[in-house]
Amino acid sequence: MSMARLAHRGVPLQLQGLSKRFGSVQALRALDLDIQTGELVAFLGPSGCGKTTTLLLIAGIYRASEGAIFFGDERVDALHPRDRDVGMVFQSYALYPHLSLFENIAFPLRLKRTPRTEIDRRVKQAAELLGIAEQLARRPSQVSGGQQQRAALARALVKEPRVLLLDEPLSNLDAQIRLHARGEIRRLQQELGITSVLVTHDQSEALAMADRVAVFREGQLLQYAPSEELYDRPADTFVAQFVGHPPMNVLMGTVENGAFVGDGFSTTVPHGCPLGMVSLGIRPEDARVGGSLQARVSVIEPLGREFLVTCRLGDAIVQILSTERPEPDSAGMVTLDFPVERLHVFDADGKRIMT
Amino acid sequence: MLRPKNWQLWLLLLLLLSLPILGGYAWLVVSSFNQRVHGLVPVGTWSLENWQFLWERIGRRPPIWTVMINTLLLAGGVATLVVSVSSMAAYAISRLHFPGRGVMLGLVLVLHAFPAVSLLIASYYVLVVLGLFDSLLGVILVMSAFLMPLGVWLLKGFFDGLSWEMEMAALVDGASRWTIFFKLALPLVAPGLFAVATFSFLVAWGEFILPYTFIVSGRTWTFSIYLQSLIGDTEMANYGRLGAVGLFYMLPAVAVFLLGQRYLLTMYSGGSKG
Repeated sequence: MSMARLAHRGVPLQLQGLSKRFGSVQALRALDLDIQTGELVAFLGPSGCGKTTTLLLIAGIYRASEGAIFFGDERVDALHPRDRDVGMVFQSYALYPHLSLFENIAFPLRLKRTPRTEIDRRVKQAAELLGIAEQLARRPSQVSGGQQQRAALARALVKEPRVLLLDEPLSNLDAQIRLHARGEIRRLQQELGITSVLVTHDQSEALAMADRVAVFREGQLLQYAPSEELYDRPADTFVAQFVGHPPMNVLMGTVENGAFVGDGFSTTVPHGCPLGMVSLGIRPEDARVGGSLQARVSVIEPLGREFLVTCRLGDAIVQILSTERPEPDSAGMVTLDFPVERLHVFDADGKRIMT
Repeated sequence: MLRPKNWQLWLLLLLLLSLPILGGYAWLVVSSFNQRVHGLVPVGTWSLENWQFLWERIGRRPPIWTVMINTLLLAGGVATLVVSVSSMAAYAISRLHFPGRGVMLGLVLVLHAFPAVSLLIASYYVLVVLGLFDSLLGVILVMSAFLMPLGVWLLKGFFDGLSWEMEMAALVDGASRWTIFFKLALPLVAPGLFAVATFSFLVAWGEFILPYTFIVSGRTWTFSIYLQSLIGDTEMANYGRLGAVGLFYMLPAVAVFLLGQRYLLTMYSGGSKG
């Protein structure tokens, strides 16, 4: 209801050749990235991959070593953070501990010398939107973690920013609230139509919340694609194993006569697969029990809806998800099948080949 | 309240150990209100004679209230100066990466360890050249300079405890460095500021050597000089009066200590977050 009154001024966001060095450490290498108006993009990667660095470059906390940042048509990379008009939520929420939630949320407005009555109106509106209107008189230490997180979000949204930056906003929440907050943030972001960047190391969070996901590793962008594509067509073995849980099985071997030969096993590969050294990928849920591959079962873990089966295929360890409990024979062996249409093929450097 | 076993026994032990000091205070009180004392035992009648200094001048010494105001100015001035300068220095050292930061940090530590008295003569010359000799301002400046290193180190610890993300959030919210310093950092290290202020005030209040060296004329006398003059060279010391002045001298310090003790306790435990 009050949603429409929080004006959305989302802009497209463009990063061009963005690099950041800290001394001799190259934290980010020549990043090119486009984010459309109203889109939520997740930056995903292990710690130290450059995702938070990129976020802080967009916010203006760090200054880029090279490259340009555009909000719409405006180049902002030389601007002070206060002139960039971004809202940001930090992992620790970074609320001001000595101020009430009201004053926390009002802080950016006071700095802009907004008239008192308007501050009052907008803070209350933002607080209502996030369901913390009752807590405004309290200090951050007097409310729950979930409420602190909402207050931080309200503070980021109250100034009606052009871009919303979220740095691991959910990782300090309990698992139960986290799922709920995930949906809340996504709903709010879509309703406000605000261009947003979410930094996370949790692949399921990235897949669930984002329109598109950018996967980083060691300061480099590996893949930038919608969630489904990231999952179905990972650009390399790193992305393939980082996205999805349990991770994709990646097996080393060579292709000869239309078959993949691994360490003690072989399986059919798609037509047109190049000869020589490759890595073969198969997701745990795509592999099936019952086929021609002989594997020795090491563990069967019931996960409730399905069974996670860990087994040895030749010298390689393979995990598969099966809806039925597999029945190993007296020697502890089961048979597996890797459907050809479900295989991912990567070259010796780990890059995806074949489409 | 958590009490150790046999706490009465420990209390007794502590009382026994503090007996000499407690006895000293008792002597101050008893002797100041009596004409003569023999040890702790009053001789003669109860009297306010020793407290006459409160309403009349003693010899050619300045009135006690002038001395009181001077001492308050000195201690207050030192506390204010130390807190305002060392808080900024400490914030800069804690948060900003400027060239020479490491060297500065080391120098501050060395200065802290340096005995102030050895700079007495040098400071004297500096004050004479600056025309600040025989003025309260001169003493305030010198004392503040000596107390500054401790203030900087203590407050740096407090600022180090503030979260970086909070400062980043403030930058994104549109704050400048100054706004962050005044509106966020300072209020959050308030316990540290009070601790340093209380500590500096008490040190300046009790300081003798610096005022005694740098102040000559009676109108700028401070308490410690006044007290020293009573033990002076030209007349017999009146110990009753000495005790009375000493007690009077002590009162503001006790008041400040009582007000500031909870901050003093936080002083060495570093930055507590508000």
